[in-house]
Amino acid sequence: MSGVATLTRLGRSEAEDFLFHEAALLDEWRLDDWLALFAEGATYEVPPANADDGVRSAESLFYIADDYERLGYRVARLNDKGAHAEYPRSRCVRMISNVRILNQTAAGCEVSSVFITFRSKADVTDTYFGRHRHVLRPVGGALKIASKRTALDMSSLRPQGRVSIIV
Amino acid sequence: MLDKLDSGENANPWVREDIAGARFKVSRKAFVDEAILKLEREQVFDRCWLYIGHESELPQINDFVARSVGGRDLIFNRDRSGQVRAFYNTCPHRGAQVVREPRGNAMSFQCFYHGWAFNNNGAFATRFKDGNYPPDFNSDGCANLKPVTRLESYRGLYFVCFLDTVESLHDYLGNACEYIDLVADQSGAGMEIVAGEQAYSMRANWKLLVENSADGYHAATTHQTYFDYLMKATGGTADMSTMGGGDNRGNRGVDLGNGHAVVEGYAPWGRPVANWIPPWGEAGKVEVARIRADLESRLGFATADRIARKSRNLIIFPNLVINDVMALTVRTFYPVAPDFMHVNAWALAPKDESEQMRKWRLFNYLEFLGPGGFATPDDNEALELCQKGYRNLKEVGWNDISKGMLRAEPFGDDESQMRAFWREWGHRTREGALQGVGA
Repeated sequence: MSGVATLTRLGRSEAEDFLFHEAALLDEWRLDDWLALFAEGATYEVPPANADDGVRSAESLFYIADDYERLGYRVARLNDKGAHAEYPRSRCVRMISNVRILNQTAAGCEVSSVFITFRSKADVTDTYFGRHRHVLRPVGGALKIASKRTALDMSSLRPQGRVSIIV
Repeated sequence: MLDKLDSGENANPWVREDIAGARFKVSRKAFVDEAILKLEREQVFDRCWLYIGHESELPQINDFVARSVGGRDLIFNRDRSGQVRAFYNTCPHRGAQVVREPRGNAMSFQCFYHGWAFNNNGAFATRFKDGNYPPDFNSDGCANLKPVTRLESYRGLYFVCFLDTVESLHDYLGNACEYIDLVADQSGAGMEIVAGEQAYSMRANWKLLVENSADGYHAATTHQTYFDYLMKATGGTADMSTMGGGDNRGNRGVDLGNGHAVVEGYAPWGRPVANWIPPWGEAGKVEVARIRADLESRLGFATADRIARKSRNLIIFPNLVINDVMALTVRTFYPVAPDFMHVNAWALAPKDESEQMRKWRLFNYLEFLGPGGFATPDDNEALELCQKGYRNLKEVGWNDISKGMLRAEPFGDDESQMRAFWREWGHRTREGALQGVGA
């Protein structure tokens, strides 16, 4: 993937390259490499299905609200066969589309995308869909994720039942 | 409870208890059979007190929540005079659901199909044109929203019942009231449901989640990765000897009667009320000490110590679970099919909790609980594997729930909690079973 030295020139195709690469790492279950995409201090959040856009994990119940440290533990857990929900591992394909650069500031570049994720395990296939909101910023010459929020645009988590994968 | 035991020829064929031999078996048919689910709907969900919501979900006059309870769609609301009510969410005219938003605030409800409108106390509020209906058309209330048959509350928890002949909610809860008090008393300012709902599902029979919700036995193996995380995240200070095995340090399972049961004991996680862990730092230590002192001043040392240091998983028959663990969760679940259930879970917290402690509470909640937690998805997997395993029921037909039957005071990782549930379930479904349902 491309190194990006400054934020102000981040274009849509570079953002797409980054998001497609991230999706490929997850599809291939290369979770340590995926974790390495995050900047130290990054956050990863999944609000509950049907939640309002502005909802905050400090005051409202989410599905996932990881700080950087717990995100590391999440990856370690998913790499362990003791994470029974994902053992044997799901087969997944992540479709990323409608990529838009929302704004660019010194703090980072805010990128919105829509996704469809298919998860298949033991003859059952579930579909997840919604929007990712990434804040990307260059760290040491490479683009890193400063925050990622995955909003599930579904009325409930039925019949999927769990977000044991990184959607 | 012994008074719920039916034996000999009158025994429910799906629940076999052999006290002398210390064996307790449940037929796997109970998890897969459509006819048994129909029987459960009639004998359990149509006749028991079922949780609908918490008073804090209706803080303002005219607030409402739409909620599915026991196979019905209900409106749970506070009317214009402040009274809490529950209605069947169906237009008395032709049946359409009247309220379509999950929650809101409204003086009245209107069915959009033909425009029939109702005050939020249920009274029909549209003026009929002369000649369309007789002048006394609504004299029997047939045009009003129908109130749910029974609605009662205990310590802020509201329950409904669809049968008017059952005992009061307080009598139904019985010994479980003590454990609800241990939750309701965690703040002098009262408790509230935190914003945000986890509405999810499991591809498993609903009774598997009853069993799982107060099962100390499965923790060490099913949730090994959670405890690995906890050890590391809390700096290795978590006292893992508190989990199962050993002398159990006062951890116990208690049959509370009426099918209710609890497992109570020490656990290695942090508790917002009120057990400090290192990640909360010195500021957290001060805050936890303040909360602890408040508990002691209101409730005395013994109760304060019990609330602060012990965890509790409470089952209210048939399907309300209050887990007072690393956070506080209220959870209900209903069968959609023998092998599929809908689950709803909320976080409960002190109304006067500090912003920081609320943040830690929700962080704690998500470390274990819910569809993205480090533990619940593995429970989900275990339950779904059980459901799959029951495909073999013709050859391998019985579950074993015997652990700890020989102990006078069962441990928290014994199975007395499940036996309490199954005795009540067996009692309520016995007649149908003896009449050949599911045969």
